[in-house]
Amino acid sequence: MRDLLRSLRATPLIALIFGACAGGEAGPPGGLTGTVTIDGSSTVQIIAEAFAEEFQIANPRSRVTVSATGTGGGFEQFCAGDTDISDASRRITAEEARQCATNGVEYLEFEIAWDGITVASHRDTDWVECLTLSQLRRIWAAQSTITRWNQVDPSFPDEPLRLYGAGTDSGTFDYFTEVVNGVRRAARTDVQRSESDNELVGGVAGDPGSLGYFGYAYYLRNQDRLTVIAVDAEDGAGCIEPNRRTIRERVYRPLTRPLYVYANRASLDEPAVRGYVEFMLANAAALLPGTGYHALDAEQYQSSLDRLVRETGD
Amino acid sequence: MMGARAARRIRKRRRSGLAFGAVAGIATAFGLLTLALLIGAVVIEGAAAFDLQFLRSFTSRFPERAGVRAGLAGTIWVSAITAASAFPVGVAAAIWLEEYAPDTWWSRLVQTNIQNLAGVPSIVYGVLGLALFVRAMGAGRSVLAGGLTLGLLVLPIIVISSREALRAVPDSLREAAYALGATHGQVVFRQVVPAAFPGILTGTILALARAAGEAAPLILVGAVGFIAFTPTGLGDPFTVLPLQIFDWVRNPQPEYRQLAAAASLVLLIVLFVLNATAILLRNRWELRR
Repeated sequence: MRDLLRSLRATPLIALIFGACAGGEAGPPGGLTGTVTIDGSSTVQIIAEAFAEEFQIANPRSRVTVSATGTGGGFEQFCAGDTDISDASRRITAEEARQCATNGVEYLEFEIAWDGITVASHRDTDWVECLTLSQLRRIWAAQSTITRWNQVDPSFPDEPLRLYGAGTDSGTFDYFTEVVNGVRRAARTDVQRSESDNELVGGVAGDPGSLGYFGYAYYLRNQDRLTVIAVDAEDGAGCIEPNRRTIRERVYRPLTRPLYVYANRASLDEPAVRGYVEFMLANAAALLPGTGYHALDAEQYQSSLDRLVRETGD
Repeated sequence: MMGARAARRIRKRRRSGLAFGAVAGIATAFGLLTLALLIGAVVIEGAAAFDLQFLRSFTSRFPERAGVRAGLAGTIWVSAITAASAFPVGVAAAIWLEEYAPDTWWSRLVQTNIQNLAGVPSIVYGVLGLALFVRAMGAGRSVLAGGLTLGLLVLPIIVISSREALRAVPDSLREAAYALGATHGQVVFRQVVPAAFPGILTGTILALARAAGEAAPLILVGAVGFIAFTPTGLGDPFTVLPLQIFDWVRNPQPEYRQLAAAASLVLLIVLFVLNATAILLRNRWELRR
């Protein structure tokens, strides 16, 4: 036994392990302290991480964490009171709002940016530049039987058409099915789905004849591997491609959508959470262009800031 | 005198023996080649991004600024908590089962269950950890909950490997001790356990190496994707290397794939260090006896 103990004491592993992580540097004093817990949409994650990074540079003693379990998963935790801020690529649903109310979680909703859901195909797809909204609906409808391009339009070649779409836990799925299929969450089942936009890009880019949709930021960073497809909303405006201008001016319809941030009202009493939301609204215009999403008009951020002050005091 | 038929038969047997040896050798080479390819690919892709700054920085939206500090610290914290919780319990359980438990239907049931638990998918332990540590125990989404969850995950492995080590101690040692008048407790703790200790340590550290590579159960107990600080206490939020890799691979910017490879390299080094520690400790212990 004594031998056993001696060898354990001689074993530096545990001491080494604990010693190695004791040296977290405190950073210069000043700025806000406290923890901000963020979860929600993976589309908004890119924005949230940019804000979190800059906020912590400005406030070295604050601690911000960002997870991305999807809009639905995020609200589940938010309405249980587990997180301070929930990112969402669609509005909170009536049922989720009820859940929040049941648990006594009050919240403030802020629009934070514009995104254009981008429809794209493989790089070598050269027969299609534009699809009308009714063509998209015929392709993606729950009872659709379209599996070849010439079923969409006889002028397209007789090539297989394989679909890649947002996973059912994502707000992108909810939004796309609502505006394209007309019924929220109605969709065909023979679609490759993923909650990760990046996996969808990989699927579409690696499959000739594919058709998929994902956030504009993901198209922007993979332009050389994809063919973007313009959308004709059949409202007289003709075919419109998603780009900086058409998304900012909301003429890329109907797939331009706002992205949201929800803040727990009780959490806003904590200086770090309040400071983070203020930081976000004050710096969105400056930080968003680097993320591939589009800033709202300056007045909208200002009115959100005013609302924050009005609702929670100075 | 050996007949011609017998000689033929021997030649035939020798040939089939050689053929089997060749097949086994090819199988080994296949495993080694896969490992070499994997390590080679990770090193080639990740080496460029791997430097001191990479180890010291937190993740960032600018790939040239991003690093694995949070993931590395989180992995070390979680592994330490896993070891501190699973090692004493696992070894004690193994000692009881091997040296004390009577051979009843009850102890056989316990043994069978432990064998089965070792085969349960890790995500199931994540669900258990979420219910037990995060919610019921109130540990929240903390490094403590993560470490205890992985502790549960590796507990059956530690029990099984420790039992193997205890069983490998020759009975002559026990009998000699009894013959000298030692009590049961003295036999167990002065003779059997020290003799089995190298094997117990090896099994434990290999189990820890497995825990260090896990991501799925930790996602469930709340390890986060983006975090720019290291834990300073048991209640702090955390991330681990496998999750950091997962998060980077999902990033649309291709530069992050290189960072993911470099982080895989860090994880490989952590695992090699753990395995090397196991070997060193075992050799040291065996020399001393």
